[in-house]
Amino acid sequence: MLAAAQTTANDGLMLNQFLLLGAVLFCIGVYGVLARRNAVMVLMSIELILNAVNINLLAFGALSGDIAGAVFALFVIAVAAAEVGVGLAIVLIIYRNRHSVDLNDVDAMKG
Amino acid sequence: MTATLLATDTPIAQSIFFYLLAAVIVAAAVAVVTTKNVVRAALYLISVFAGVVGVYLLLAAEFVAVTQILVYIGAIMVLMLFGIMLTRARIGRDSELTNDNWWVGLATAVLLVVVMGYALVDAFGDDRLPRDTQIISVEGSNTKTLSDAIFSQYLIPFEVVSVLLTAALVGAIVLARKDRG
Repeated sequence: MLAAAQTTANDGLMLNQFLLLGAVLFCIGVYGVLARRNAVMVLMSIELILNAVNINLLAFGALSGDIAGAVFALFVIAVAAAEVGVGLAIVLIIYRNRHSVDLNDVDAMKG
Repeated sequence: MTATLLATDTPIAQSIFFYLLAAVIVAAAVAVVTTKNVVRAALYLISVFAGVVGVYLLLAAEFVAVTQILVYIGAIMVLMLFGIMLTRARIGRDSELTNDNWWVGLATAVLLVVVMGYALVDAFGDDRLPRDTQIISVEGSNTKTLSDAIFSQYLIPFEVVSVLLTAALVGAIVLARKDRG
């Protein structure tokens, strides 16, 4: 009953449009993280994943009429910027020490 | 519960805009993870970010959209291109960008999208967003509501994020400088 009343009040776009787009983008990013050998490409795939998360946060924020979704999307963007800065610094050190950014070469901790 | 992605009273212009953006985003994202050229992957990634900006605008989050342009397209992509150039990746085609066992990643991703898609359709089926998403602001724009929220209710998380950014900046400089002993 409550759900029916809510459906008549909300007659905009489907919520699932945004959630499914986010899910597809997330899974493309997961594929990139698992399948790529170049460390910079893995960082790019992580950015895809973070964008998918942001779409979900904003969609649920719009659904519940709460600004918290947008606030946390901004925090995710800030954390992504920090992550890329430190991540690229680490990649540069790996390149300086090994003259390669191939993640298969970074196996010093393999038993 | 079956989900209909286009109901009769759905906003037509917004739907067309959304599906155009979604097609661009998914196509460019697939190109990012499959192309054999590192620089081209970075440029496809810019298309993904630009498409996501449009999706944010559809959700009436104009401040987040502008921040995405400034931070992602402006700053992060320049960092990425610097990373590509500094690690001297070959500019042309590079056949060694993908693992030999890439199909494990593909299987994981397909399984994940099937499970997540089923769960989402099952849980949210026909739920709709409010037609006027601007309704979340009591007065003025969403940006005003957002700034009020950040600088009152979410002040401490905001300060924590600024400390994190400072720490990441110092950490990146310490890691990347050449004369560290």
